[in-house]
Formats: sequence, structure tokens, C-alpha cells
Amino acid sequence: MAVEIRYENNTMTAVISGELDHHAAAEIRMTIDGELGRCSPETLTFDMSGVTFMDSSGVGLVLGRLRTVQQWNGKVRISDPSPRAEKILKLSGLNALIVRSSAGKKAKK
Amino acid sequence: MKTVTNRMKMTIAGYSNNESLARMCVAAFAAQLDPTVEEISDIKAAVSEAVTNCIVHGYRDTIGDIDITLRILDGDTLYIKISDKGTGIEDIEQAMQPMFTTCPEGERAGLGFAVMESFTDTLRVHSRPGKGTAVTMTKVLRRRG
Repeated sequence: MAVEIRYENNTMTAVISGELDHHAAAEIRMTIDGELGRCSPETLTFDMSGVTFMDSSGVGLVLGRLRTVQQWNGKVRISDPSPRAEKILKLSGLNALIVRSSAGKKAKK
Repeated sequence: MKTVTNRMKMTIAGYSNNESLARMCVAAFAAQLDPTVEEISDIKAAVSEAVTNCIVHGYRDTIGDIDITLRILDGDTLYIKISDKGTGIEDIEQAMQPMFTTCPEGERAGLGFAVMESFTDTLRVHSRPGKGTAVTMTKVLRRRG
């Protein structure tokens, strides 16, 4: 499974690992949308620290979910993107959504 | 005129699970130029975008063949041509605009050409509506050491 869902308070975190291309994004999208439909979290965080490959499909995945959570004024964050994920995110302008978690900082040390 | 010092051709069926196969094969071919990890990752992303375009836009609701031609030019340049025989593009200039997509319901960000352009040295797009689209990219992989 390329995505794992976690909850903490009103935040839903989708931990994505491995290669995030158009093929993988279709499956990940279904899992996330199923969860979003159930719980409408205040914040949806994409943990992209374990993404080993990403193309613009990852941007499409985030943009699509952003549209969904904005229906209830929710927020989207991207936590600790790997260098490959960050390179594509910068190209798309979505790097404004990037946050660095303390766990991510520790992992980098 | 550049000299072709190595070459390879492959045809894959336009299934989305072949996207990873396509970029792995191109990366394996490019390895002979001793690229950096960063360069290989950039090439894989550019190939992934081109192949995804064939699948999502070229063939939409059908499964067609995607032809991939690889060459080494002058011993230091990777040449990649990725083509389909699908719907083609009416207005290439518009299609290449960042964030433009004909397929928002498919969750495309409209960044495919932007990624290809920024991760390679040259990008050319040829298309004929109803006939198909060919994307040609080159990237110089300078020898180190």
C-alpha cells in the first residue's frame, strides 16, 4: 500500500511512500477521498518524506484534495517532502504549503 | 549533424502501470553516460510526463501503443522521442502553457510540459490532430572525471 492514513486531533495525515506517478496517484486518491468523505478534517497533511519519485501527478493529487477540503474551509499541508517531491512542488508553486515537522527535522539529523 | 553512437527502440502498451517501466528502461539506457543521481531522476520525471500524456490525452479511453526511441548523440547527449498515434493536439502553444489542461477531471495539474522543459535541455512537440503526438527531448550528460 503506497498510502497510510493517520489521525491526530482534527488533522488527517496521508503518509505517501514510494513512487508517486499517475498510476499510483489514482489509487492513493481513492483511499484519501474515501477517508475525507467520512471525516472532513480541518487539516489534511500529505507526508511526502518517503516519496522516492514524483512527477506532476503528485501536484494534481494535492490540488484535487485542496479543492475538496476547501468545501469546509479546511487546509492542506505538505510535510517534509523528499528532495524529488520538493523539486516538483517548487515548479508548481505548491511549495507554499510545505511545513517541516519536528519528526522530519530529527530524521534529517 | 550529430553522430548516433548508440540506439534503442521500444514499444509499450498504454497502461498506466507501464509508466514506471518506461522510465526505468530510459534510466537504464541513460546509465551508459554515467549521469548523476539528480540527472537520472530528472530524466525519469520528464519521461514519466511524456508517457502519461500519451496515456491520458493521446489515448484517453483506449489502450494504444507508445513508441520510445532512445539515442546517444556524440557520445554525451541523450535523445528521447516518445510518440503515440492518438488524438493529437489542436493547439500546441496552448497545451504547453503551465497549468493548462484539457482534462481537469482527470486531476492533471497541467504541468507535464513544464516539467519536461525544465528537466531537459531541448523539448520539441510535433502533433497532428487525429494522427498523434511526438515529443522529442535531449539532455547533455557531460562526462565527469
